[in-house]
Amino acid sequence: MNMKKLATAIATVTVALASPAAFAAWTLNMTPGITAISRRVYDLHMIMYWWCVAIAIFVFGWMIYSLVRFRKSQGAVPDTKLVHNTKAEIIWTVLPVLILIIMAVPATRTLIETDDASKSELTIRITGYQWKWGYQYVDSGVEVLSTLDHASNAARQLGSGIDPTTVPDYLLNVDHPLVVPAGVKVRLLISAQDVIHSWWVPALAIKKDAIPGFVNEAWFKIDTDKTGLYRGQCAELCGRDHGFMPIVIDVRSKADFEAWLKTQQAMQRPADPAAAAVATAGDAAAPTG
Amino acid sequence: MAYSATAESHDHHDHRPSGIWRWLSTTNHKDIGTLYLIFAGVMFFVGGSMAMVIRLELFKPGMQFVDPAFFNSMTTVHALAMIFGGVMPAWVGLANWMIPLQVGAPDMALPRMNNFSFWLLPFAFTLLLIGFFVPGGAPAGGWTLYPPLVLQGGDSFPLAVFAIHLMGASSIMGAINVIVTIMNMRAPGMTLLRMPLFVWTWLITAYLLIAVMPVLAGAVTMLLTDHFFGTSFFSASGGGDPVMFQHVFWFFGHPEVYILILPAFGVVSEVIPTFSRKPLFGYEAMVYATASIAFLSFIVWAHHMFTVGMPLAGELFFMLSTMLIAIPTGVKVFNWSATMWKGSLTFEPPMLFCLAFLFLFTIGGFSGLMLAIAPADFQYQDTYFVVAHFHYVLVPGSIFTIIAAVYYWLPKWTGHMYNMTLAKWHFWLSTIFVNVLFFPQHFLGLAGMPRRIPDYATQFADWNMVSSIGGFGFGLSQLLFPYIVIKCIRGGEKAAARVWEGAHGLEWELPSPTPYHTWETPPSIALIHKGGEHWTEDGDDA
Repeated sequence: MNMKKLATAIATVTVALASPAAFAAWTLNMTPGITAISRRVYDLHMIMYWWCVAIAIFVFGWMIYSLVRFRKSQGAVPDTKLVHNTKAEIIWTVLPVLILIIMAVPATRTLIETDDASKSELTIRITGYQWKWGYQYVDSGVEVLSTLDHASNAARQLGSGIDPTTVPDYLLNVDHPLVVPAGVKVRLLISAQDVIHSWWVPALAIKKDAIPGFVNEAWFKIDTDKTGLYRGQCAELCGRDHGFMPIVIDVRSKADFEAWLKTQQAMQRPADPAAAAVATAGDAAAPTG
Repeated sequence: MAYSATAESHDHHDHRPSGIWRWLSTTNHKDIGTLYLIFAGVMFFVGGSMAMVIRLELFKPGMQFVDPAFFNSMTTVHALAMIFGGVMPAWVGLANWMIPLQVGAPDMALPRMNNFSFWLLPFAFTLLLIGFFVPGGAPAGGWTLYPPLVLQGGDSFPLAVFAIHLMGASSIMGAINVIVTIMNMRAPGMTLLRMPLFVWTWLITAYLLIAVMPVLAGAVTMLLTDHFFGTSFFSASGGGDPVMFQHVFWFFGHPEVYILILPAFGVVSEVIPTFSRKPLFGYEAMVYATASIAFLSFIVWAHHMFTVGMPLAGELFFMLSTMLIAIPTGVKVFNWSATMWKGSLTFEPPMLFCLAFLFLFTIGGFSGLMLAIAPADFQYQDTYFVVAHFHYVLVPGSIFTIIAAVYYWLPKWTGHMYNMTLAKWHFWLSTIFVNVLFFPQHFLGLAGMPRRIPDYATQFADWNMVSSIGGFGFGLSQLLFPYIVIKCIRGGEKAAARVWEGAHGLEWELPSPTPYHTWETPPSIALIHKGGEHWTEDGDDA
């Protein structure tokens, strides 16, 4: 009977996972994201999930059947000679191999695709600091430093007395988001200044470690209709305030983005015309903030 | 019977010092096994109380109880205490107790080294835990000790490095002892393919330990010299490579997780046949599957590092090699299921815990398979999905089987039965709460909650509260365990030599409790073959 409960629980979770929209705060699943790659990753995740469900139904079904059927209290007599069955053993070795091959094909394809950052139209350099993110638009020299917003920062202090539910986008809001264009292939060059961080925006399906002395590459091309704000967080333990360096990307149409970039350029360049050129030529590990 | 002669003829030299000196100076494998198990039990509660602090702070959004830096110390030391202080010493303790009994040896091969390897541990953990009281606080860079972050640690950093050195030395000595005992001290007639699976899985585990503990020691030593002696092994500014540490660490770290789980496979392979009243299905396949898993553990390490920016070929290799692990692991799960098929099942506490293992470890295996898929892992890496995964394989995986092993052999050790009703309560509470605790963490990870954060966005609040409630319930339920064990040591219904109706193997040919010295005269071939009927097809081959 407890097994029945287990089966019901598995069924409930299965149904719930399959309909992500059914729950609001009680989120159960990954979101498909805003790029073709992120949807591929989501599909891959769901394919793997359903394979696991199918295997679970078979394996757990077999176990539960044995637990119910072969109880001593029900008079079951053991078949002590059943210790070997070549046919069954070959099947349960070969069948998983075939299933794994079926799983590996789309996974390999998607992996190869995520690796190809060529033909990008815009390059942004991302630098992780304890505990904020620096963004630099390499071609125009525009720089943005992105830290946790004041409201969240005040509320997250030990014993602040501020109820986090009253803070909009608590811990997921920044002062200056990363503004990016939709419909443009953007290349990211990711590094860090002090310790290892990891730049993660779930909607892009990008998580790439920011490592001092290394420049990692990633890319995305956001659907043109997916403008808006998307949020992420640092995903590699980077010290005391690791939980307090969120990432916000502000996706705008190509025209809006270009207008924004021009304004920024105009605001930043007169102050120090040499800085942009130096930063563009310098290596990514050098301070940019 | 053969055992009674063994037991009585040696009582005359059963002299040992009394009081604390007995425990400090003992070279007896049973005493040392007991010491290891008590130590592991204490560390489970030390590490467990840190988990309670973590779940308390995460009960609702906002910082209520601890500073973020202290929270990081909690996650770091919780992991170190549980892995190196809880699970590993528990397995060494069980190996000390059971391997000589199961292979018909009078003791471990190197009894004085055995004593030394245990008594290093209290010093190791004193060094680690003293970190809470030195400037800068306890280690807070994660149990994975990644530089450069770990080099920002305060005075506790060198203490932790030396603690790891001592733990490593202790583990290596323990492993050498296991290998020498199994290779040289098996009773005549106890051929390798007659050994119980617990002995087999421990033999393979011991080789893994010897292979990788020196790697960890080397890695932390390089951290130490980077910090204090001006080297730049892992510092990019000095020409070093921080990613190299991760490669070295996980070359240790992945075999390490199999060190934590392979002996569990051994216990499950003993318990399920006993309570199915049927020999283990596919004994030899189980041995080969264990060896394959051990081999694969050396070539999959970088699946912990899919996001560090490896070349495509590297990502592909580690993705595909990781997926291969599903094959021998699947063979094991199928063999256990086939052992229950056409058996005659009863559900005593050891069996219940092993059944929970079977279901919940398999769930951990499923999430493991998902994590192997590199592009999907970009979303899972360093989230609560990973936390859920490794707690599913370590808590209902390793810890439940340690509990099962204690419930299985405790009457043999103490000569008393324990309170079955309470032990079943312990099982039901543990199994329900462990799922309430860890299952929602899958959802949190998929919804985007990173691991190792002391506070979180409000959309993660609901499942975190559920998880914390499960955590408190699980933690409280574990208090039943020492109560049941201590009560059983003090007294209770007399246990028979063959405690469980379906139990086979040499340890069940000895009286309960086992005398202080056992198998000083090796068991007869007949006795070994009697145990061997349990797993060989026709009983009298060899």
